[in-house]
Amino acid sequence: MASLIPCPHCGLRPKEEFSIRGDASPVRPAPTASDESWHRYVHIRDNPKGRIVEHWHHALGCRRWLVVERDNLSHEVFGVTDAADWAKRKEA
Amino acid sequence: MRYSALSILRQAFSGNRDWKPAWREPEPKPHYDVIIVGGGGHGLATAYYLAKEHGITNVAVLEKGYIGSGNVGRNTTIIRSNYLLEGNEPFYELSMQLWEGLETDLNYNAMVSQRGIVNLFHSDGQRDAYARRGNAMMIHGAEAELLDRAKLRRMMPYLNFDHARFPILGGLYQKRAGTARHDAVAWGYARGADSRGVDIIQHCEVTGIRRGSDGGVLGVETTRGFIGCNKLALAAAGNTTTVGRMADLELPIETHVLQAFVTEGLKPVIDQVITYGAGHFYISQSDKGGLVFGADIDYYSSYAQRGNLATVEHTLEEGVALIPGLSRVRVLRAWGGVMDMSMDGSPIIDRTPVDNLYLNCGWCYGGFKATPASGFCFAHLIARNESHPVARFLRLDRFERGFPIDEGGKGPQPNLH
Repeated sequence: MASLIPCPHCGLRPKEEFSIRGDASPVRPAPTASDESWHRYVHIRDNPKGRIVEHWHHALGCRRWLVVERDNLSHEVFGVTDAADWAKRKEA
Repeated sequence: MRYSALSILRQAFSGNRDWKPAWREPEPKPHYDVIIVGGGGHGLATAYYLAKEHGITNVAVLEKGYIGSGNVGRNTTIIRSNYLLEGNEPFYELSMQLWEGLETDLNYNAMVSQRGIVNLFHSDGQRDAYARRGNAMMIHGAEAELLDRAKLRRMMPYLNFDHARFPILGGLYQKRAGTARHDAVAWGYARGADSRGVDIIQHCEVTGIRRGSDGGVLGVETTRGFIGCNKLALAAAGNTTTVGRMADLELPIETHVLQAFVTEGLKPVIDQVITYGAGHFYISQSDKGGLVFGADIDYYSSYAQRGNLATVEHTLEEGVALIPGLSRVRVLRAWGGVMDMSMDGSPIIDRTPVDNLYLNCGWCYGGFKATPASGFCFAHLIARNESHPVARFLRLDRFERGFPIDEGGKGPQPNLH
């Protein structure tokens, strides 16, 4: 695992400054969505081996939510994006 | 061959040259009644109890590496049944009872040592929670004792009782808990299963699951060719999702790495197993003298059997905070295992939407202590197509139905369980 994470706001920062929430790929359904879609969002995970995206919080830095793209086998980090930019990019 | 004092004596006279291998290395047959994917502790125990309890011996255990190369050889060897919830405690108590009779049953020295476990508490609230847990244990037939500070100090004078943030006020003691030699557990079950006719096939990785027109499993594609089966059972721990995907299973599982550590050998110093919940640190001393310990998972999803340095540092900080003397001990080795973290921190032993496919997963990092009961209950499920009474809560659909077994009260956040 890379020990340094390139925060888009703070630059290269030690990994210990971040708090990791988990998988960033599930998309939150509408409040009125079916029980089935909420169950899938809350509980079911693709859990792929290889390239994944995760929500990390820069708790001891800018306190922004970030999306970290990395490989969960080699532990290589490919890129870090602000979660707001990530959401916009996804919508576009 | 049965091991006995006489056989040891006889071998001593012939220079230990005539020991036979403990299990065969068979070629896979074209078809089995049951195939178990995963030759770890749980898979081997399942095969053993299928043969012993249910008379089903036409069974293969497929292991992609070698026996004992996965989590069964990568844990901190703790056995205990100090759970709170009804879905868990009777199951783990059955496991504890099976541990107590395991060596006689297997005719194998698994070095089961009932040295006791102490869960430390540091506040009035935590003491109340442990008193409640102790009561829950006693209701389910396990024993428990709440130790006060004075009694604990006599047992463990080396602890940092006056820690500034987490002073130690006492502990919950389970006397029958302890440790077992993890590799020997795998070897003992492998030998027991093999001697009852089970084929243990090592270096055989499952690459696909072949299904018939009705959706049922016909067999598995492997690196050693196709092998047919009537029933397929998955016990693949951190690789559960990968194997499950071959049969289109969608699972509430995330794979994470957990590290463990061992120090140089010391004279006996830590007599029991200690858990330090406030720092999520646990430690015991092996019979060889090394201190065996671990702490949190690495918090991020990982399929690598190695962890990161920040967690190593964190673990050692927690250890030294609890036992200041640890700072003078050298760590010999650290290693990682990949865990099948479930969404509520509790395991799954259940049927699946595929008729003849059975699932055993979600052990998080508590799978070792469960090995005997997991095998026992999974074998029961496979043989009779119904849950064993103590495993009846460990259902795959409990998340969807809203009945999670959230022992830690952390919600669907696998990196926190």
